[in-house]
Amino acid sequence: MSTSRFRRGSIARSLFSKARTESAAAKPDVVAGTRLRGSLQLRHVDVGSCNGCEVEIASAFAPTYDASRFGARLVASPRHADGLLVTGIVTRNMAGPLERTLDALPQPSVVVACGDCAVNGGIFRDAYGVEGTLDSMVNVDVRIPGCPPHPDAITQGLRSLTDR
Amino acid sequence: MTLFLAGLGTCALAVVAALVISLERRTIIVALLGSLGCGLAFVAATRVLMSGRVETFHTSMVLPLMGVNFALDPLGALFVAMTSFVGVATLLYVVGYAKDELRSRSALSLLLLFLLSLLAVPAASSVATLMLFWELMALSSMLLIMVEQRRHAESRVAAQWYGAMTQFGAASILLGLLLLSLKSGQTFHDIRSHAAALSPTVRSFAFMLTLIGFASKAGAVPFHVWLPKAHPEAPSPVSALMSSVMVAMGVYGIVRVGNDLLGGGSLWWWIVVVALGVASALFGSLHAVTSVDLKRLLAYSTIDILGLVLMGVGCAGALAATGDQGTARLALVGALLLVVSHAAFKGCLFLGAGAIERATGTRNLDQLGGLIRRIPITTALFVVGVMSIVAVPAFSGFSSEWLLLQGLLHGFVDHSTPTLMVLLVGVVALALTGGLTAVAFVKVVGIGFLGQPRTPGAASAHEVSPLMHVAMGLLCLPCVVLGVAPGLVIPSLTRAAQTGLSRSVARPIKTGIGLSLGHLQGTIEPMLLLAGFFAVIALIVAAKSLLRRPARKVEAWRGGGDSLTPRMQYTATSYAEPLQRVFADVLRPQVDVEVTHAVESRYYEQSLSYESRVDDAVERLAYQPVIHAMTRAGIAARRVQNGSVHRYLAFGFIALIIVVVVLA
Amino acid sequence: MNINSPLAYAIVASLLQVVVIALGGPLLLGLMAKVRARAEERVGAPIHQPLRDLRKLFTKESLRARHSSAVLAIAPLVILGSTTLAVVISPLVTTHPLLRSSSDLFVIVYLLLTGSIAVALAGLDAGTAFGGMGSSRAITIGALAEPALLVAVIALSIQAHTSNLPAIVAATIAHPVWAATPLRLLALAALVIVVIAETGRLPVDNPHSHLELTMIHEAMILEYAGSDLALVTLGAAMRLGVLCALLVNLFVPWGVATGSSLLGLLVAVLFLALKTSVLAVAVALIEVHSAKLRLFRVPELLAGGFVLAVLAVVTGLVTR
Repeated sequence: MSTSRFRRGSIARSLFSKARTESAAAKPDVVAGTRLRGSLQLRHVDVGSCNGCEVEIASAFAPTYDASRFGARLVASPRHADGLLVTGIVTRNMAGPLERTLDALPQPSVVVACGDCAVNGGIFRDAYGVEGTLDSMVNVDVRIPGCPPHPDAITQGLRSLTDR
Repeated sequence: MTLFLAGLGTCALAVVAALVISLERRTIIVALLGSLGCGLAFVAATRVLMSGRVETFHTSMVLPLMGVNFALDPLGALFVAMTSFVGVATLLYVVGYAKDELRSRSALSLLLLFLLSLLAVPAASSVATLMLFWELMALSSMLLIMVEQRRHAESRVAAQWYGAMTQFGAASILLGLLLLSLKSGQTFHDIRSHAAALSPTVRSFAFMLTLIGFASKAGAVPFHVWLPKAHPEAPSPVSALMSSVMVAMGVYGIVRVGNDLLGGGSLWWWIVVVALGVASALFGSLHAVTSVDLKRLLAYSTIDILGLVLMGVGCAGALAATGDQGTARLALVGALLLVVSHAAFKGCLFLGAGAIERATGTRNLDQLGGLIRRIPITTALFVVGVMSIVAVPAFSGFSSEWLLLQGLLHGFVDHSTPTLMVLLVGVVALALTGGLTAVAFVKVVGIGFLGQPRTPGAASAHEVSPLMHVAMGLLCLPCVVLGVAPGLVIPSLTRAAQTGLSRSVARPIKTGIGLSLGHLQGTIEPMLLLAGFFAVIALIVAAKSLLRRPARKVEAWRGGGDSLTPRMQYTATSYAEPLQRVFADVLRPQVDVEVTHAVESRYYEQSLSYESRVDDAVERLAYQPVIHAMTRAGIAARRVQNGSVHRYLAFGFIALIIVVVVLA
Repeated sequence: MNINSPLAYAIVASLLQVVVIALGGPLLLGLMAKVRARAEERVGAPIHQPLRDLRKLFTKESLRARHSSAVLAIAPLVILGSTTLAVVISPLVTTHPLLRSSSDLFVIVYLLLTGSIAVALAGLDAGTAFGGMGSSRAITIGALAEPALLVAVIALSIQAHTSNLPAIVAATIAHPVWAATPLRLLALAALVIVVIAETGRLPVDNPHSHLELTMIHEAMILEYAGSDLALVTLGAAMRLGVLCALLVNLFVPWGVATGSSLLGLLVAVLFLALKTSVLAVAVALIEVHSAKLRLFRVPELLAGGFVLAVLAVVTGLVTR
């Protein structure tokens, strides 16, 4: 038999026990001009990331950090979204798709830059396939620095939009 | 009766006019005369339906020995009224259709002859009259299918199949009716009075023989094989008449022979009818789902709906055979309402298919698309027909299916097990085909009209003549009226359904605008539902306008990629593919994969061709082997025909000797 | 307090039903999401999160694809309108709703079908491959769930000798022993499967999928934004609400107001909320325990539901 370190619990036990989510920190100030009032749907776009930020974003929505309790959610279509969650630096091949994805958003919309690459170019700033930084292409509303950013930082960044 | 005969006479005059008048005025004058004839027949039929009286007529002039007998009773009058209404719409359409082949002398005269025989069949009251006009109907429609045979070789094949099967059916009907009229005379009146005196075996044989013929005309599986071939190949106005009215004549025949002439019959007859109906409904709806040719899809959908009608007629007969006359009449009224609404919406859909073919040049759904913005009026009229066939509440399809369901539902009381099983199968068939019909028609509207045009022909579609729109609109009218206020026609339908059933049963269906089943708890008021729906929509629109943000036009979202080509859309084949897979055992699709390997090595493929076909399984598995066997027998028999006169004389001599020996 | 005029009572009751389902449908969705979150040992979004989402969506602009037609604009109205009409005439808090005489089981079934057809057409309207795919799959599942739904509904009609919904509810209240008959239990099982299929929950469809190849309902509405999306989402939520409410009221109708008092209506609302919450939690637990079925295994599930429904009818005939 395996000597797995994972605890095999039952769903009934999970339903009635305390959640393993860490308690929330203080609510950050809301970004000026947004009135999302507790409901934020974001479309994630990877314009040229190493996927480190994606792992942290997945962690942010996982049980330990649980960003969904503040009203944030990732959706499949930019039409359903309030904004984009962009990771990575803008590469040449993804510049066009990024532009089309932005066009597909209903107004008013926000752009969240997640990770150092999206915020200021990061370590891949001078690479050969790079078109430019995100700031040079769009107006960024929320910046989440870090390489990769801690899930708490991501959650706080999202809370600054949902105001919950 | 005079009015009706005047109507028939005007149609006959129209036939002559079609042969005589020159090209410029021919279509209009023929159409006017034909519409006048249909109008007179319609008035005569409605008079009979409202009053319930039977009018008769006899003359020994047309047919020398037997004479021609007409009798217009409510059952026949219902079908005459239906035919004349669809006939007027079709003639209007023909004027606007203006295709060269259909304006020729032969085509127009055949069309009017077809219409004349369709009007006369329900009114025939003797075997000779019925067979005369039945054969006239079959012959004229067969020739009409071949109207465009110089341009489409398939219409010749279609006409061959149609001719052979309709002759087979007619022979079967004739045999059955002859069996019934052996002891008595050949008028229906005589047959009716002497039917009880015949032995049960003769009655059963006669019913089964006539059932085969009439069911084949109504497109019942397995006698339906001609329908998907003939209806698409005929010109659209002819298809409309064939698919809405001619197939109803099959139903008329079954009700006339089973309920009226034979007075009800035994339970097992109606079990066979229900079996045919259920098989047709399921088979037809499945093939409608997987058809890509628009008119073939509509033809299979005719088989589907007529299957439901046959199921209703069968259940009604089964209930009557076990003594429950009231519920039997309820089910029969439901079936008749379905026949009438089917005539309206199927006529509208076929005329619409013809309009689409005129506008775009094709009837293949995989080549259409984007028509809603190019031919919006045709689309709107077509969609009314679609909403009716899919049974959206407040349209005629829903009201008729509801009534039929109520009839079946209220039969589930203390009956014997066979009756209950029959009703159960009927109910299950109705449930199964409802969803499949919805898929087929969402496919038609979604792939054919919405999205982007898939070919230049569809992109350059232009509106057709307004007369064609008027014709379609005329047929949309019953779809809406019968759906919103079905109670208006229920008394007439009840009188028609009364034929053959005992008159002493109290009426379970109340009159009024909606439908209310009296002591049985069941009502619907579609008018109020429609009003409620519009009220809700108005409220939502009002609430939305408070938001004051107009919608913005943008490019469609395609995952961030480049431009969207029409080829990226779903086609009719792909739309139906999940259902085709689920029902692969019934549909038996044939897949051909041809691989050409590269010269260098068998591991590399130079080209690959994939072909998937769903053809009619009944035709392939049941008819083709018989045809092959008969062809082989025919080829073998040719050995006897070696051209030698001596041998032929010897055959004659031997045959004569055998006859003399047998007679002695 | 009694309302003397039957028409006024019916209007009040139906309006109350619409409000309850319009708010309760999203709340049920939120409850199901909360159950899933707790099963994953997360806190999860609050129960009223879907209501927050709807409120925000109404403030955004609608977008229409360039090659689309009026169908894209009308479809949200049709689905919301047909679902609302179904709510108005259903016996959810009272056995005397508006248009009681037309409150027929088949009317409700075909009204819901009309809504599905409208959304399926909207999926095809924009001319995208995603929309066509979602539309094709959704209508296939709808076509296969339809027989199970109709036959289960017919089983109930046979037992009560009528297909009029308020009459069935009243008859079940009058005959409590019916609730435990095999016919009812089999029909309940069939209808639970149908409800899962029609509302697009696991194991038939994953409402939170991000992969277009695994989407069914979501793919059809991929083109909608802003207030259009709000109407479609609200329509889908109300569909869930009305299906759950009808299910509980047909099988466990105690609590439905039969008289003409306002207090009875409020008590009925409480009972309805309680019963539908229990059903929603049960469905959420089924969701948590199951993985999404392959698309071509879903017809097997629906065929199973169909067989259960046919068995229900046969049982009804046999135990007459």
